[in-house]
Amino acid sequence: MSFASRRPAALHALVVGFLILWVVAAAFPFAWTVWGSFKAEADFFSRQSWWMAIEGTRTQAQTGSAFTLAGYEGAWVKNEFWKAAINTLIVTLSVTIISLTIGTLGGYALARSSYRYAFWILIAALVFRAMPHITLVSGYMLPFFQLNIWGVLPTTIIVLVAINQPFTLWMLHSFFLSIPKDLDESAMVDGCTRFQAFRLVIMPVMWPGVITTGLFSFLLGYNDFAVTSMLLSQDNQTMVPKIASFLGSIQNEGNVMYAVAAVVSATVPLFLLVLFFQRQIVSGLTAGAVKG
Amino acid sequence: MPHRTFFAFILPSILAMALFITLPIISVVVQSLFVQHEAVLITVENCTPFGCETQTRVDTEAMAKLQEERPLGQFAGFANYFNRNHLALSEIASILSDNQGIGDIVGRVFNLPFYKALSFTLVYCFLVTPLAMALGFAIALAVNTLPRLLKGPTIFVSILPMIITPLVGSLILAWMFNPTGILGASLQSLTGDPTLSLRASPVLTWIVLLAYGVWTNGPFSFVVFYAGLQTVPQDTVESAKIDGASRWEVIRHVIIPHLAPLATFVALVQLMDNFRVFEPIVGFSAEANATSLSWLVFNDLVGQDSQLFGSAAATSVITIIGVLMLVAPVLRRTWRDFTQKAV
Repeated sequence: MSFASRRPAALHALVVGFLILWVVAAAFPFAWTVWGSFKAEADFFSRQSWWMAIEGTRTQAQTGSAFTLAGYEGAWVKNEFWKAAINTLIVTLSVTIISLTIGTLGGYALARSSYRYAFWILIAALVFRAMPHITLVSGYMLPFFQLNIWGVLPTTIIVLVAINQPFTLWMLHSFFLSIPKDLDESAMVDGCTRFQAFRLVIMPVMWPGVITTGLFSFLLGYNDFAVTSMLLSQDNQTMVPKIASFLGSIQNEGNVMYAVAAVVSATVPLFLLVLFFQRQIVSGLTAGAVKG
Repeated sequence: MPHRTFFAFILPSILAMALFITLPIISVVVQSLFVQHEAVLITVENCTPFGCETQTRVDTEAMAKLQEERPLGQFAGFANYFNRNHLALSEIASILSDNQGIGDIVGRVFNLPFYKALSFTLVYCFLVTPLAMALGFAIALAVNTLPRLLKGPTIFVSILPMIITPLVGSLILAWMFNPTGILGASLQSLTGDPTLSLRASPVLTWIVLLAYGVWTNGPFSFVVFYAGLQTVPQDTVESAKIDGASRWEVIRHVIIPHLAPLATFVALVQLMDNFRVFEPIVGFSAEANATSLSWLVFNDLVGQDSQLFGSAAATSVITIIGVLMLVAPVLRRTWRDFTQKAV
């Protein structure tokens, strides 16, 4: 911006100072926890001084080196965190793929229909989007117990897909509005059916929008705690409820470092996601804002 | 698009929402009218060589049978809504009729679980949303002045608090605020109070939870406002400056009006998200000092052998009514826009 060059020194210092403060506030908790996950509990939760977490005094005394993998070993091997990781992989991938498949079809239909009921569906979706997930969960529990489908992965996947639909519909609806109507209509004039027009003309150009929406579906499935913690049995837990259950059982046994290691492990995929898809995430949030 | 094709396309999506959003809402309403069965007690006589004694215990067989026949429990009408754990009408009435001034009323009402949760939920919702938006706006203005090379990494770091799993994010901060963690220990030495901890201080708990909320919600506003800043018409900014507007006046009279529509969108999304605040309560183990409506539902459901479905459902219904009140203005406006467009 042009007035960057003529900024008074005091203001410039203020802006830079504020930004540094924010960057530290945003990044330091992660850096600190990653660093601490390689230490012994007596260091990361030191009763004497937090400086011990940096030097690793106790870790050195206990293991002979300043870094230890004990937390990771305890979480991944002893407490079978790998099982939870596989479950998370299954759940998030399925949720993303199913949400996108049915959401693309629905969003396309909503964008191309001018009838009043299309508007009402969008409004209903907006209201559903606002529902706290846990209130819906309390509606699922009893019926699922009765039907004997509680606790397994497919049930959770379907529920997450449904909870995710309102958002997916809105996002893809506004994305399809930005693709000119003439495109598929001219294909239909040439003799395509509506579905053929969708498959042959729209599908090749829809990927940017679908990928962006997919990122958010992925995040919803990955970050969910309310649904997965209530609907999955102990054996089928995904990572987030597994971490929560660590707190209940392990913290008392003095092995809180397992939970720290598990938390760091669960953060890594998100970190990579932002690293590779920063542009899409930003543009996705913006698209929703500008059109919504 | 003809009706038939439309419904062929949207059917799977509608079906998913009808089965797993609409039906659960109905199910919640029905469940909220029931309470769990009372324990069936039987008296048995235990005879040992040293004499006989009678024992009263729960008849598990009869309980299981009762559960089988009527899984919902006993019909209770609106009792769930009015009992001590929810709206607590009789408790409120007795507090109002017999109290020692306003402070006493507030203190005692706050001790009722539902009002405790409601007050934190509302405070969180209506404090975090504007504060996070202000923070996001400030970051957006600041990042916008950075040289291009620094923008990318700064945006990357700024997105992290938003993208992080809420439970994980709150755990990370909770560990740092632990009395043996880096921030908790520093706080203790700064204030000179060696007993200061989240567990011991409700005020500190609320402040830390709100700070977490601003930390995790700010980036969303930042990204949206930052994108909005890129579309500010430069001509208007230039001419305002030629007319002698100061930097602050440009922000106040050009940039803020330009971003206002975005701000309403952000406010709506954030209010909806913050109203369901839940994970931080679990992550910070803050339930002694601060609870939320979502947490109340969770707490009723999480008990391994005595899940209070009726109680959870009643809280859920009240929460849903709250959400509807929250989105009502938006719905009204959307409806007005729509009918105007149609005319």
